[in-house]
Amino acid sequence: MSQEHVLKVENLVMHFGGIKALNDVNFDIQRGSVSALIGPNGAGKTTVFNCLTGFYKATGGKITLSAGGKETSVIKVLGEPFQPADFFSPVAFVRRLKYKMFGGSHLVNRAGLARTFQNIRLFKEMSVVENLLVAQHMRVNRSLIAGILNTKAYQKAEEEALERVFYWLGVVDLVDSANRLAGELSYGQQRRLEIARAMCTNPEIVCLDEPAAGLNPSETEALTKMIRVLRDEHNTTVLLIEHDMGMVMDISDYIVVLDHGEVIAKGGPDDIKNNPKVIAAYLGAEEDDEEVTL
Amino acid sequence: MDIVLQQLVNGLTLGSVYGLIAIGYTMVYGIIGMINFAHGDVYMVSAYITAIAIALLTFFGIESFPIIIIGTLFLTVAVTGAYGWVIERVAYRPLRNSSRLSVLISAIGMSLILQNYVQLSQGANQQGVPTLLTGAIRFSVGDGFVQITYMKLLILLISLLGMGVLTYVIQKTKLGRMCRATQQDRKMASILGIDTDKVISTVFVIGAMMAALAGVLITLDYGAFDFYVGFIIGIKAFTAAVLGGIGSLPGAMLGGLILGLSEALFAGLISSDYKDVFSFSLLVLILIIRPSGLLGKPEVEKV
Repeated sequence: MSQEHVLKVENLVMHFGGIKALNDVNFDIQRGSVSALIGPNGAGKTTVFNCLTGFYKATGGKITLSAGGKETSVIKVLGEPFQPADFFSPVAFVRRLKYKMFGGSHLVNRAGLARTFQNIRLFKEMSVVENLLVAQHMRVNRSLIAGILNTKAYQKAEEEALERVFYWLGVVDLVDSANRLAGELSYGQQRRLEIARAMCTNPEIVCLDEPAAGLNPSETEALTKMIRVLRDEHNTTVLLIEHDMGMVMDISDYIVVLDHGEVIAKGGPDDIKNNPKVIAAYLGAEEDDEEVTL
Repeated sequence: MDIVLQQLVNGLTLGSVYGLIAIGYTMVYGIIGMINFAHGDVYMVSAYITAIAIALLTFFGIESFPIIIIGTLFLTVAVTGAYGWVIERVAYRPLRNSSRLSVLISAIGMSLILQNYVQLSQGANQQGVPTLLTGAIRFSVGDGFVQITYMKLLILLISLLGMGVLTYVIQKTKLGRMCRATQQDRKMASILGIDTDKVISTVFVIGAMMAALAGVLITLDYGAFDFYVGFIIGIKAFTAAVLGGIGSLPGAMLGGLILGLSEALFAGLISSDYKDVFSFSLLVLILIIRPSGLLGKPEVEKV
């Protein structure tokens, strides 16, 4: 696979019992782009996110993450059931056993993918700074013993981590609230903190689930600016789910439209605006309350 | 007056030991929402390991008390920590995604396995360790006196030290932050790259280590133990954890101290036969007034 795609989703299938939430979803995300995943309510957008981040284990298909100079198969690191072929190849057997025993969604994040949630999931009883520190523990090598003995290397690592925390607090404009509990922040601040926390894990691609939901127009404006900063200054690829069409059309380089668990269109904002299938999916389904300004 | 003071001293040492064991209950409950019924038996195992460690050290000709106590503490804490890790690995991790009830049953099973395994391998009779530290400090109060044995002083010192180190680790270090993050939202923590299975294992090991501290100290003080000794002290420590608010670390320590103090005072001033009745009545009373315990937070439905 070439380096130009940071994420490749092939034939992704997700079933919940008899319900086919995702049915053969395919798309690629260009490195360094801002891409959007849109679609009417219940189309399966969040399900795609949950499969990407290892929150759900997909029923079938392939998700390849190409970050940090290597390729990671998201479904494989979650631990797959043994296949008959494994019993003939010791290498495949050991690898599968390893992921079965030690695999999990933490490996997806370590491979370079971070996400935020539609309903905010901060550690509400920890301070803002701690929320960002806890996201960095993979980068900062501080063992328990070193922490108790307070060694030089530990202090240095701690300082670097704090520096990074305050850098990101600066980006999301939360420096003043650094020592407050995350649960005390206002809704808009919590949303920004969640993005900062995702960025503290140093991802190559960050998935934002409805980042503008519940924000007022000026906050949405600020968010748009912030997403551009992520892309332009940090070379982070951004994939977002969003219902605010104005914002989506404004910042996206690439849009994937999902309906009933299938991709019905993908392309640049202009293609999507004029795509009859997309218009039908939105206007045909819920013409009364779906706010569409295509 | 002297009785009150004496019982206060006794209660403080008893309470700090309850607190140490209660830490294991409260941390495990906080992180995976289950009551680890095998925890009392982990304490019991540590009592046996204490005896084995002392026997080993004296066998190698070591007779100075400080070396014996430090060696025993290290050995027992390490081996019991390993027990904690194995118990989590064998009995709880395979049931991670099943209902809470099955883990509870698994815990009860683990408790029975430990008791029977110790009974089979070590015999059903009561065992003992020799008294290693004698002597006491005496204060005269009025016409009586208050006596603090050096052993009681050591218990108080080591358990407070253990609690202090643990509080520091949980509040200030990276490991502690990972534990707290996992406790608040396990799935989210794993999405941030934290290996939550490893954190849960660590919590079990920490709980077992704290129980081992208590095990060494109480065994050295009382001298006698058998394979059933974990049950009643486990229940008491569990009571202390619930009293302080299960899931809260300072709550467990506070609950332990309150339970130990009130139990000792009741036993000294009113009746030692009914001290268990008193401590459980206290639990009922506090739960009526504050259903989530003294320092616990009321459970809020997650949306």
